[in-house]
Amino acid sequence: MTAAVDPSPPRAVWHQNGDDWMLEVSGNWRRDGPALEVTGTTPDRYPAHYHIDALATYDSTLPAFLLAHIRAVTDVALDKASVPTFDGLPVDLRALLELALAVSEESETRTTPDSSSEIHKLGNLSLEIWTGVRSLVDFIGEAMLSLGRLVTGGASFRGRDFWLTLQECGVEALPIVSLISFLIGVILAFVGNVQLANFGANLFVADLVGIAMVREMSGVMTAIIMSGRTGAAFAANLGSMKANEEIDALRTFGFNPFDFLVLPRLLSLVVMMPLLTIYANIVGILGGMLVGNFVGIPPVLYWTETLAAVSLTTLSLGVIKSVFFGAAIAICGCMQGLLAGNSTAAVGQATTRAVVAAITAVIVLDSAFAVIFTLLDI
Amino acid sequence: MSATPEPTIAKVTVRGLTMTYGTQVVMHDLDFEILDKDIFVIMGTSGCGKSTLLRHLIGLLEPAQGAIFYDGENFTATDPAERTAIIRRFGVMYQSGALWSSLTLGENISVPLEESGKIPAKTLRDLVAYKLALVGLAGYEDHYPAQISGGMKKRAGIARAMARDPDLLFLDEPGAGLDPLSSRRLDDLILRLRDSQGTTIVIVTHELASIFNISNRALFLDTASHTQGALGNPCDLRDHSDNPAVRLFLNRGTPPSSPP
Repeated sequence: MTAAVDPSPPRAVWHQNGDDWMLEVSGNWRRDGPALEVTGTTPDRYPAHYHIDALATYDSTLPAFLLAHIRAVTDVALDKASVPTFDGLPVDLRALLELALAVSEESETRTTPDSSSEIHKLGNLSLEIWTGVRSLVDFIGEAMLSLGRLVTGGASFRGRDFWLTLQECGVEALPIVSLISFLIGVILAFVGNVQLANFGANLFVADLVGIAMVREMSGVMTAIIMSGRTGAAFAANLGSMKANEEIDALRTFGFNPFDFLVLPRLLSLVVMMPLLTIYANIVGILGGMLVGNFVGIPPVLYWTETLAAVSLTTLSLGVIKSVFFGAAIAICGCMQGLLAGNSTAAVGQATTRAVVAAITAVIVLDSAFAVIFTLLDI
Repeated sequence: MSATPEPTIAKVTVRGLTMTYGTQVVMHDLDFEILDKDIFVIMGTSGCGKSTLLRHLIGLLEPAQGAIFYDGENFTATDPAERTAIIRRFGVMYQSGALWSSLTLGENISVPLEESGKIPAKTLRDLVAYKLALVGLAGYEDHYPAQISGGMKKRAGIARAMARDPDLLFLDEPGAGLDPLSSRRLDDLILRLRDSQGTTIVIVTHELASIFNISNRALFLDTASHTQGALGNPCDLRDHSDNPAVRLFLNRGTPPSSPP
């Protein structure tokens, strides 16, 4: 494109001549040039004649302007039979306008239903919630069927996938789980020590840290870490496979995507979560022991006190809960991944939804367990 | 390579271009010009490096050897600012459209437009409507790429490539996956763009019908020798090329009469 040597602004002048209108165009029409100056009233009919100044230069803004006017007239024209004329237009402009006005193959325009009214919004919201619940139930049902097939030997997935996922959500998660649970142990011990020292009972720091870690904190913290780490990874992985039509490809080869993709992930997390939780228990207690050492509880004493406080029941409660947390995280991650839309933007949304859903599910499950265990008096 | 370009300056000049992936040579010693207002086709069998050549031309890949000139300016050796200025005159359509999926079709076109300078809102709206109308997608401003078909995505990709009225339009496999009618319409669009806006168009394709229909010059990349097999008018090449591989390709494997 030539540089703007002449700064004369683009001009469009409407002339009325009896019943006919004429559009006179001059100046430099450039999208990064000066603003357009329109003179005269814009008529609601097609111009009978165009006059393009011989010195006028233009980029796409001129045909865009002409097309917008023709469109506007077509939309309100009472006389649908009248057709725009291109009298006086140079050949190139004329060709472009004809092309732009050619009836497109997609003449049906897709309309989205008008959802502005409150009733509409309420209806849509209810439908959305209902679909959400249904797809969750569907998903859990499918997962159960898939497990059933695994038990009866009918499910097929690659063992390699299972071991890889196991490594991903097991060994590779150890550093972050260690760090977080150690710090949680340290924090609990500090806070507990400040309060218990008032009663001269700071030996009970060991009981506090031990029971809190084993019964609640290890399981919940590990679950939250795994939601962010592994749940998100599942959703992103399956979501991009969906966007790339890889899931459809699996289906057409006769693989059940559930058996092939969801099952190994679900199994890995269900196997790994209890192990990670037991590991987190140990690291958390070590954190408490370190603090105890500073506030005058020798490690040997701390250890004996912990052993006395933490019963096998307490330990099993924490471990049993973690199995359910693992299943919940895997289901949320895989479900959001498989339900993702077919675009790359949808992968991001699916990941966000998976993490939010997984953390919510973990906390809700934990509350439910708290109520159940209280009722059962354990 | 410091070969000075010819006095009659070609739009694009490629001198001694060698393309590699790691240690593997894809194509070596490519020498050709693309003239102003050419519809230039890069053709060859699948996997011969057509798209790689396109990616070199638009600066996404660096030549292992040789240089590319635009209007006589060395694109390969120039400084980054100068390079960006040259790239801004390009419009590129990628194979699958590569539309930004989180933006509507209208936004896909208006974002590059707005980036190049302040434009009044109405002008911008008119421009977007016009570009979409040119590719037969009038009224699809508010649709997201995920809501339209593959062929429509391709055309929307072309509309986006044309957004800034580029000097040079690069199209990667524009006709692949389109039905014959849409493909024909696309050829028509390309011809009209060249004729009315004076755009130079570079197309990577192996659709023979399109090649004979619209192209006035073509480059054939030969997989066997890893260099250019022929350069010239596709109809001439089909009938008179002295490279048998070219004749075979342009005749769909059945040379009409002449034995190799």
